[in-house]
Amino acid sequence: MMELVDNLTVFVLATFLGLEVIRRVSPLLHTPLMSLTNAISAIAVVGAILVAGEQKSLLSTVLGTLAVACSTINIVGGYLITYRMLRMFRRSGKDKP
Amino acid sequence: MIEPVIPLLYLAAAAAFVLALRWLSAVPTARRGVIVGAAGMALAVSGTLLRPEIADYRWIAAAFAAGTVIGIPMALMPMTAVPQRTALSHAFGALAAALVGTAEYYLRTPRIDRFTMGALALEVLLGFLTFTASLMAFGKLQELLPTRPITYRNQNVVNLSLIVLAVSAGVYLVARPEATWLFPVFGAMALLFGVLLIIPIGGADMPTVISLLNSYAGLSAAAMGFVLENKLLIIAGALDGSSGFILSVIMCKAMNRSFTNVLFGAFGQVAEGAGMGEDQRAVRSTTPEEVAGILQTARRVIVVPGYGMAVAQAQHKVRDLYDVLTKSGVDVRFAIHPVAGRMPGHMNVLLAEADIPYDRLAEMEEINPEFPQTDVALVIGANDVVNPLARTDPASPIAGMPILDADRARTVVVVKRSMRPGFAGIPNPLFKADNTLMLFGDGKKAILDLIAALKEF
Repeated sequence: MMELVDNLTVFVLATFLGLEVIRRVSPLLHTPLMSLTNAISAIAVVGAILVAGEQKSLLSTVLGTLAVACSTINIVGGYLITYRMLRMFRRSGKDKP
Repeated sequence: MIEPVIPLLYLAAAAAFVLALRWLSAVPTARRGVIVGAAGMALAVSGTLLRPEIADYRWIAAAFAAGTVIGIPMALMPMTAVPQRTALSHAFGALAAALVGTAEYYLRTPRIDRFTMGALALEVLLGFLTFTASLMAFGKLQELLPTRPITYRNQNVVNLSLIVLAVSAGVYLVARPEATWLFPVFGAMALLFGVLLIIPIGGADMPTVISLLNSYAGLSAAAMGFVLENKLLIIAGALDGSSGFILSVIMCKAMNRSFTNVLFGAFGQVAEGAGMGEDQRAVRSTTPEEVAGILQTARRVIVVPGYGMAVAQAQHKVRDLYDVLTKSGVDVRFAIHPVAGRMPGHMNVLLAEADIPYDRLAEMEEINPEFPQTDVALVIGANDVVNPLARTDPASPIAGMPILDADRARTVVVVKRSMRPGFAGIPNPLFKADNTLMLFGDGKKAILDLIAALKEF
């Protein structure tokens, strides 16, 4: 029960923190924001690696492996495309970095 | 020995994610944000690989390799396809959460406490429904499926009954986790609900839907955190969930709609009897030469780009036009409506890709007061976001939607393929206003002709 309260506390505080931080993101960058948060939510890879690596049953290993693959797609694709997008933004009178 | 360090690695990863989003708030620090975010992910992954529970690395390695091979091409897609790509990655993220939830269920049942089962049911429900909903959104954005909303009788009743049934099944599983026969039914209902949810939603609402799915994918990852008692998952999921939520609220406000209306309103059907036919004013068609003459004497020009510009692949020509005008001393800015494009912020990325400096792009609130002092508003491929009916006709489906005040500029030039109404099927009186000139034709060719005519002067 204590564990549950702890986890709920973390969830609520993280949500408030998220709302505050994300409110400040310029609308100019809302597309990179979405691709970055998408990459971050691929943190599900942590659960997937455990399920795939524990080898407790064939079903869980197969499902876990698929989940690792799906998460890896989002990690690799998400960070790369966000970086690629951000490289395109430049100010007047400056060349592309 | 390494074990006690792992929670610290997770803590560092969580801090890195927060910092990444913090730095994303402005362009100069944004790229640093991506790097620190990737570093956080690397910490989280290596921490997990070090855990003693892991008995075998071969499957994991194969999955990493497969994910990388698919992930890289997904990062190289053209900027016009970013909305589809995003929908697809929401699908992958949600599927991962749902699969882990399914595996955990079969591993732990029947020794699973109520609360864990509740979190697990939520993870699986959100995961599977977001998976199919995102695939449907992908299909609509990629135009594999019809973009117009598909409706049938009692649609909302069917959808509502299905979600109530699915939630009831979830509640039953919480009470009796040993009912393994019910679990596949539960998952199947979630999958089906995801499909039915997107069927009635039209192309114009995709920015809101993508944001909402972003939020759901995050929440299912957070629910996984509750199941695994892992705070890093909870934090990252909560960050993603709140981001998707904020973006959906912004998109709804930008269209003056409510969540319920987006999800159940089937917006984008041809608005019947929306007060047209009375407008008998003639359209004034113009030529590139005439427009070039007007632009030549203008001092302030505001370009209003819409998704039509991107469809015509005209953004690079628009950049050339921007160069020509700027060189001859004209002040050119770009007015960006929050729902221009097909996902939040899409238009900014398209223009940045075309090398248009980001300090020339202005948000709606910032630029609207400037239209009355503007000589020419050049509307390229935009329609509903400059429709004055939103201000004047309370019966219109877009009534009350905040619009760009392009009609208040001295002269309005609209580059458009034909008089066909936009996504929402609503007529636009701006096209017949006294200060409006219509430059008909393909966006790209029209801008090319315009540049050629300007160079003649």
